[in-house]
Amino acid sequence: MVSKPHGGKLVRRLVAERTRERILSEQKEYPSVKIDHGRAIDLENIAHGVYSPLKGFLTSDDFQSVLNHMRLSDDTPWTIPIVIDIVEKTFDVGDAVLLYYEDIPIARMHVEEIYTYDKKEFAQKVFKTTDPNHPGVAKVYSLGKYLVGGEIELLNEVPNPFAKYTLRPVETRILFKERGWRTIVAFQTRNAPHVGHEYVQKAALTFVDGIFINPVLGKKKKGDYKDDVIIKAYETLFEHYYPKNAATLATVRYEMRYAGPREAIHHAIMRKNFGATHFIVGRDHAGVSDYYGPYEAWDMFENFPDLGITPMFIREAFYCRKCGGMVNAKICPHPKEFHVHISGTKLRKMIMAGEQPPEYMMRPEVYKVIRSFEKPFVE
Amino acid sequence: MADEKKYTTVSIPKPLYDKIKKRIEGTGFTSVSDYVTYVLREVLASLEEEEKEEVFTEEEEEKVKERLRALGYLD
Repeated sequence: MVSKPHGGKLVRRLVAERTRERILSEQKEYPSVKIDHGRAIDLENIAHGVYSPLKGFLTSDDFQSVLNHMRLSDDTPWTIPIVIDIVEKTFDVGDAVLLYYEDIPIARMHVEEIYTYDKKEFAQKVFKTTDPNHPGVAKVYSLGKYLVGGEIELLNEVPNPFAKYTLRPVETRILFKERGWRTIVAFQTRNAPHVGHEYVQKAALTFVDGIFINPVLGKKKKGDYKDDVIIKAYETLFEHYYPKNAATLATVRYEMRYAGPREAIHHAIMRKNFGATHFIVGRDHAGVSDYYGPYEAWDMFENFPDLGITPMFIREAFYCRKCGGMVNAKICPHPKEFHVHISGTKLRKMIMAGEQPPEYMMRPEVYKVIRSFEKPFVE
Repeated sequence: MADEKKYTTVSIPKPLYDKIKKRIEGTGFTSVSDYVTYVLREVLASLEEEEKEEVFTEEEEEKVKERLRALGYLD
């Protein structure tokens, strides 16, 4: 049986068509708030249940409880504050406001609370640092003075160039059921796959009915693979190297926070809502630079016996010349001089130089499809 | 206060308390309360797991299947 939604029930905050039309026809009567792309896709994730049990942006009770206890105020595990900020108060508690992304009214929000917060406390507790060089901390420092809490209703989808690859929890749950999968392991990624990824995924798949590869699409750093390259690379890998009835690929839109261990829990919760029963937690999961220890995220899961999804801790894979295959530190007895670690950075450099990586690093079919893009990396 | 978690007190037999206190020595648990909270969360979560799976309406399920077929996820 697929996982129960986090908090017990899959949240869906979509308005009926007639209500939607009425709200849109009256849109000038509502106070308006402009939101960025990251908040707009947070809204979609709330509305489609990816963030179940959230029905809206956090009120101060929940916000403080998440900061201090990594739980919502009703004790449900929750590690990343999902908040919306404003620079000044242009509406009051009790108002309904329309949230706009660019010129599109994305959602109606029922304002339950407008509250101040301490940015340094936010940064320290979520990211374990107040260093503005940390991208998540920088984002917190750029927020407005107030946070606004309240439930939302989705009016319009945020424009999505990859809509056909974007499945919602209601869809993946039915898909898994139709495929007869009772145990599903989810894999989060922001990269085109190399052989190390494949090893980790297949090691996990050995123990469950199906694997759900769920790349995160959205804002990326310079030098990262572009979204369509990731999708095509995985499609190619699936075509040539994955059992047809045991693997599926669908994307999720989400703005990375780079909060390391806390975000690993958040990633697991999202995949639980998609129906996954297991979640692969990687080395330095959701980390950036050296703010977190390589396996710190693994320890974090010990705090959540009630998470409702089973973490799978699979060590980083490398090629061993003596073993003649992909292995990890636990199963390989040979000294380091036989080991070849697959570095994403090194692979990207090779690809940019037009140099085909050896087959033990990247499947030739995957390399070929990446090279078929004129510019496969974010510039 | 918003940043203060609300706690309550429950009673457990003293011999059980003593057994737990001994058991958590040298572990990461700093108090009997922490351990009891951990265990209760685990027990409640496993009970909830056994509850009935969410069911979608037939109409909703058919609509979703149609989309999944159109996208090539289902035959």
